[in-house]
Amino acid sequence: MESFRQLTTEVSTCYHCGETIRGEQIVHDGKLFCCSGCKVVYEILEQNNLCQYYSFEKSPGVQPNVVESSRFDFLLDENVQKQLLNFSDGTFASVTLTVPSIHCSSCIWLLEHLYRLDAGITSSQVDFLKKQITIAFNKTKTSLKNIVILLASIGYEPELRFDTIGKKEESAATRSLYYKIGIAGFCFGNSMLFSFPEYLGVDPTETTLREIFSYLNLLLGIPVFFYCSYDYFTSAIKGLRKGIINIDVPIAIGIVLLFGRSAYEILTHTGAGFIDSLCGLLFFLLLGRVFQSKTYDRLNFERNYKSYFPISVTTKKNGIETTIPISSLKRGDRIVIRNNEIIPADAILLRGNAAIDYSFVTGESTPIEKVLGEMIYAGGKQVGGIIELEVMKEVSQSYLTQLWNKFDAVKKEQGELSELSNTVSKYFTYAVLALATAVGAYWLQYDVKTAINAFTGILIVACPCALAIAIPFTLGTTLRIFGRKHFYVKHTSVIESLAKINTIVFDKTGTITHLQKSSVEFVAYNSARDNDALTADEKIAIYAVAKNSIHPLSKVLCDVLSESVSPDASSSLNEIVGREPYTVEQFTETVGKGISGVVNGHLIKLGSGEFAGSGNANHHEVNESRVYLSIDNIPRGYFSITNVYRDGLETVIHRLRDKYEFAVLSGDNESEKVRLQKLFPRSTELRFNLTPVDKLDIVRYFRTLGKRVLMIGDGLNDAGALMQSNVGIAVTDNVAQFTPSSDAILAGDSFSLLPTFLRFSNISIGIVITSFVFAFLYNLVGLYFAVQGALSPIVAAILMPASSITIVVLTTGLTHLFAKREGLL
Amino acid sequence: MSVLALIISCSFVVAVGFLAAFLWAVKSGQYEDKYTPSVRILLDEEEQTKLQPQSDEISTSKHLTITKS
Repeated sequence: MESFRQLTTEVSTCYHCGETIRGEQIVHDGKLFCCSGCKVVYEILEQNNLCQYYSFEKSPGVQPNVVESSRFDFLLDENVQKQLLNFSDGTFASVTLTVPSIHCSSCIWLLEHLYRLDAGITSSQVDFLKKQITIAFNKTKTSLKNIVILLASIGYEPELRFDTIGKKEESAATRSLYYKIGIAGFCFGNSMLFSFPEYLGVDPTETTLREIFSYLNLLLGIPVFFYCSYDYFTSAIKGLRKGIINIDVPIAIGIVLLFGRSAYEILTHTGAGFIDSLCGLLFFLLLGRVFQSKTYDRLNFERNYKSYFPISVTTKKNGIETTIPISSLKRGDRIVIRNNEIIPADAILLRGNAAIDYSFVTGESTPIEKVLGEMIYAGGKQVGGIIELEVMKEVSQSYLTQLWNKFDAVKKEQGELSELSNTVSKYFTYAVLALATAVGAYWLQYDVKTAINAFTGILIVACPCALAIAIPFTLGTTLRIFGRKHFYVKHTSVIESLAKINTIVFDKTGTITHLQKSSVEFVAYNSARDNDALTADEKIAIYAVAKNSIHPLSKVLCDVLSESVSPDASSSLNEIVGREPYTVEQFTETVGKGISGVVNGHLIKLGSGEFAGSGNANHHEVNESRVYLSIDNIPRGYFSITNVYRDGLETVIHRLRDKYEFAVLSGDNESEKVRLQKLFPRSTELRFNLTPVDKLDIVRYFRTLGKRVLMIGDGLNDAGALMQSNVGIAVTDNVAQFTPSSDAILAGDSFSLLPTFLRFSNISIGIVITSFVFAFLYNLVGLYFAVQGALSPIVAAILMPASSITIVVLTTGLTHLFAKREGLL
Repeated sequence: MSVLALIISCSFVVAVGFLAAFLWAVKSGQYEDKYTPSVRILLDEEEQTKLQPQSDEISTSKHLTITKS
C-alpha cells in the first residue's frame, strides 16, 4: 500500500495517536497520520492482523520515539539481564517491564497479543494499575533486547530501572495473609455452626452428638491456632525479648488460653470449649491487618540512588559510540551525555557546553555552567547540547552515592510499630494480669475449679481484640481518605506521628516554590508605552530567536510569549515562526552571555546586561533573574523572571502558625530571603546555602532540643533531612517521577490541604481513643461474668463478635463523618 | 442418628472443597491484580472479524486491476 505526504489546511486528527495534524499529513491506506512514526506502527499492526487494536478506543496509539537499536545494546550484557529478568533457565525466561504509556484497554489488548509480533514470545500479561507487562519468552528464538526494541517501536517503550526488586516480598506476604484469612473465616463459620446445638439446647442426654460436635470444633481450632495465629506469637515473643510489651502480647495470651482451655474441656468432656470465639477473634484481627495496609501500585517510598540513575550510558571508544550499563563504567571511560540526561558518575568535562542543573541534588535552582577540564559531580542533569566527559570515579564511588549511603545509615528506629497501641497494651496487660491473679486467689479459698475458670475467663474476655481492631480500621480508613486527596502515606503509624508534630521544616526549591512555573514581566525603558511595550510582531520575533536556545530561561520566555500572542493554540505559533518572514538567520548562543539572531532584518539580542545592553535599568532586585532585550542594538527593556511560590502557601502558613514552629532550609542562595521573611512569621529560622548534610544536621539538632519535626522536601538534597525527621514528606508534581525515601508523598496540587491533613490526623487519634472507651465497656460486661467464674462459651461467643463489629462500624463511621466535616470527602 | 452423621460429614466435605478452591485461587495469583481482569473480559474475540476483512481486500484489489488495464 502506498502512502504519500500532503499539505493540508483542514484540521484533522491522526488515526493512530489522535493528535491534531497541522500542516503536513501522511496519507496511507485511506487514513491520516501525523508523522511517519505513527504510520509505521499502523503498518506493523496491519501486516500482523492486529488492527482490532483501533476498535476498542478512538486513536489509542502513542506516538513512538525514534528507536536506534544501538541504544539497547547493554541489554545483551549477562549481568544486566540477571538483574532485570524474573526467572531464566536454559530455554525460557520471564521479565516484568514497566511501560508508562499504557493508558487504555487497547493497550492491554495489543500488549497481550505481542506473541503475534514476535514468534519468540510465548505469552504476555498486563497489570494495568501498575502499568507493567510480564512477558514469557523463548531465549533461543528472541532476546530481551529484541523485545524491548519491539515495544519501543510500537510506542510502548519500557522504562528500565533497577529498583523493582522489593515488590516481590510484599506480594508474598499479602498472599500468606489471604490464606490465613480464608482458613480463619472457614473455621469461624463452621465452628459457629457446630456450636449451635450446644447453645440452642441439645438434649443433655445425647452425649455422643455433643462429643462429635465438640471434637469437630477442636479439629477446626487446630489450623487456626497453629497457622493463623503464628504471626502474633512471633511478634509477642520478639517484643518480650526486647523487654517491650506490645499489643500482640495480651492477644497471644488470650489465644493460648482460649485454645488451651477449650482443648482441656473437650478432651475431658467437661465442657464445650471456646473454639468459635477463637476462630472469630483471629478472623477479625486478620481482617484488621488487611485493612491497615494499603499499597499504592505506582508509588515507591523507598527509592535509593539506583532508581534515580538511568540504567545505561553512551560511551565513546575510538570514535564509536556504544551503550553500556552504568555499573560497567570504569575510570578513564569517555561518556556522551545529551540534553536532559543525568550524569551517572563524577567526571571531567572534555567537550561541549555544559550547564548542569543540580536542583534535585543541592537545591540550587539555576543551572551551573562548567568549563572544560572542570569536574562535574554525578547526579546533575545536563541542560544544553551534547557534552563528552571522562569518568573519574566509578558510579558507586561518586560523591552522590557516598552521600546516599551516609543517609541510609540514619535508619528510622521507629519502623512500623504503633506507639499508641503499645502504650495502651502495656498498662492493659499489667492491669488484667493483676486482676486475674487477685480474683483467682480469692476463689482459691473456696473452689479450685471456679478459681481456674475465673482466672482463664478473665484473661480470655479481656483480650484486647477490640483495641487491636480499632487502630487498623480507623487509621486504615484515614489512609485511604488521604490517598484520594493525593496524599499518599506509607503506613498507619505515620499518621500517629503526624498527630504529635510541633515543628515544620520546609525545603525551598521545588517544595514551596514551583519548579515549572515562573512569573515573567516585561519592563520597558520607554515607560510611556509600558503596557504594550512590544508589538505582536516583535513578540513573535523574540519567540523565534528564543526557541532556538536551550537555556531554561529561554524556555520560560517562550512559554510566556506564546501565551500572550495566541493564548489558545501555541502550536500555531510554532508554524508561524517556521515560515517567512519570521525565520531566524545568524543565530548564535554565547554561553554565559546571551543569544542573538536576525529576524526579518532586525537584530534581536537577549541576555545579560553587558551583552544586550542594560540601558537605564533601575537597581537589580535580588530575587529576580533578568533577561535584557535589545532590538537593532537599541536597548528596549528587560524580562523580569521571578520564582512563583505554590498556590495557597500563605493560607497554609496562616492556618498553621499558631500550633507549629517553622523553619526553611535551602540549598539555594539568599536571594529569596526578603520574600520569605514577609511570608513566614518572625520567629521562623531561615537558612541558606546548605548542603544536604547540613540539612540533616539541623534536623537532628532540632530533635535533640525535644522538638518533633515534620520535614517537607522534594529532592535528593532533602533525603538526609527526610530520614532524620520524625515524619518526612516528599512533595512532587508528578508522582510517577523519582522521589527520595520518605514516609509520605504529597502531590503538589494538594499542598494547600496540608493543614487539613495535620488536623485530621489529630481527629483520627481522637476517634481511636473514643473507640477504646467502647471496647472497655464491652470488656466490663464480659468481666462481670468472668469474675464470678461463670464465663460460658455462649457469652464469649456473643461478646467477641459483637464488640468487634461494633468497633469496626463505629470507627469507620466516625472517620467518614469527620472527613466529610473537614471537607476531605 | 446415622443420618445426622452422614449429613454433617457431607456438608463438611463440600465446605472444605470451597476452602480448597479459595486457597488455590490465591496461590495462582488471582488476587495480585484485581483490576485488569475486569477489562480483559470485555475485549472481544477476534475469530469472527478475521474472515470479513480478507474477503473485502480481495474484491477491492480485483476492482483496481480492472480499472488500471
